[in-house]
Amino acid sequence: MASIKIRAKAKGGVTTVKTLMSHPMETGLRKDSKTGKKIPANHITEVTAEHNGNVVMTANWGGAISKNPYLSFKFKGAAAGDKIKITWVDNMGKGDSAEAAIK
Amino acid sequence: MKKLLTSVSIALLLALPLTTMATPQQDLEAFQDYYAKRFPGTPFDDFINGVYSIDPASRAQWEEIEEFPPYELSMSKGEELFNKPFANGKTYASCFAKGGIGIRQNYPYFDTNRGEVITLELAINECREANGEKKLKWKTGPIADISAYMAYTSRGNVIDIKIPDDPRAVAAYERGKKHFYQKRGQLNMACADCHKFYAGNMVRADLLSPALGHLSHFPVYRSKWGGMGTTHRRYGGCNKQVRAKPYKAQSAEYRALEYFHTYMSNGLVVNGPGARK
Amino acid sequence: MNLLRRKFLKTATYVGATASAIGAGVLVPQRVLGAYNAAAFDAKDVNGAISGSMGSDQHTASDAIKLKAPDIAENGAVVPVTVSSSMSNVEAISIVASANASPLTSSYQLSPACEAFVSTRIKMGKTANVIAVLKADGKLYSATKEVKVTIGGCGG
Repeated sequence: MASIKIRAKAKGGVTTVKTLMSHPMETGLRKDSKTGKKIPANHITEVTAEHNGNVVMTANWGGAISKNPYLSFKFKGAAAGDKIKITWVDNMGKGDSAEAAIK
Repeated sequence: MKKLLTSVSIALLLALPLTTMATPQQDLEAFQDYYAKRFPGTPFDDFINGVYSIDPASRAQWEEIEEFPPYELSMSKGEELFNKPFANGKTYASCFAKGGIGIRQNYPYFDTNRGEVITLELAINECREANGEKKLKWKTGPIADISAYMAYTSRGNVIDIKIPDDPRAVAAYERGKKHFYQKRGQLNMACADCHKFYAGNMVRADLLSPALGHLSHFPVYRSKWGGMGTTHRRYGGCNKQVRAKPYKAQSAEYRALEYFHTYMSNGLVVNGPGARK
Repeated sequence: MNLLRRKFLKTATYVGATASAIGAGVLVPQRVLGAYNAAAFDAKDVNGAISGSMGSDQHTASDAIKLKAPDIAENGAVVPVTVSSSMSNVEAISIVASANASPLTSSYQLSPACEAFVSTRIKMGKTANVIAVLKADGKLYSATKEVKVTIGGCGG
């Protein structure tokens, strides 16, 4: 199942992109209530947004971004039908990517 | 003669013991009437939004989250799970009316053949077992995802819980009603204390939600849980919060409570899955 | 072709990408990674967080920045924050929560095509100032808003 949901809408020359990602976003500060041990940091560190192969925006995230994180940004120069690609990488070296058409 | 009969019947009526129980329908009217008077500024239909129907500040935050709510991840997973065939080739659709789509508003219902209250989660697991699959855990995870998807397909449908003319159904309803109004736990509080008599007030920094409309939006993604949970997960949590020993998920007690609790929202629409703090 | 990239392309379909990248245990190709600014996230104070992510901790408050965050967070684990500005040439935005163990929550590098706008949800451990810092034409501008975080009554 995709860990990234994307909704992109173009209006008046500006495309608004909203994305929701499935990720535990552990800060590394939380303790496991059963073992008492710290749950290791496990969070997205970078999110990259591409339009037509060009990087439009990159985000650097820390553990303080909420679990199942949300991100929205806006940019110009795209049209309905163009593709937006969102990629994330986390501190464990895992990653995922998804694409959606702008509506 | 007519006058005599009338006065006799009036005398008889007055002589009736005052412990005659109200019917569920009468309870429902009184319940919904109570909230209408308590929150005159809230249109009936808006009670499905819980505290957000009575508090603008938290409503604003909730609306921001609803822009792209985290329960959408669960719903998508639920849709996949719902459509995935069991090992025997059948799917959940085979266990439900209308293939399981748009039916949430009918749950829970009283099965007169079995004499039991059937909740949606119970039905989901019974479907699995009937098809040779293992039961899912009751409170979170895949069962919440499937329930979320099924709730989503039912959005906008009017909640219509039926209490058949069967003493066992009425008994289940009354059991649920009793739980709702019964004080319990170290804190000696009833569901009704917070969610009826003190609804709209603060308990420390929490605003108490009205019980009317409570279950319209379940299962729910709670920011506190960082995930989805079913109705019985929340019931257990609520019992624990007043320091009462919780019942088991899908126990007869919680199913009875859910039966009463959902019936009290008859007339409101399903708007699950929901996002809450 | 880079072996990792070939494996990644083989197992992933881009349109409605599945979690195959995770399943395959494949690292995302290097070209996608920017330079993760770990030092900025390690900073334990607000100025360190700002200078770490923006290059300096000298910033001027600006009315041209609109910082939207609740007065009282419903739940400190999920606080919606939206930063927007009418300023032009905004190339970077940082969002800082002053009382977090690690005050920098996130920073955003915007290409010239981007509007000065970002919206996300952050965790706040306790009542603190949320500070949005914007870099435009080499200078730093900011907006600050106090967000109260309370202890719930229903047992948390």
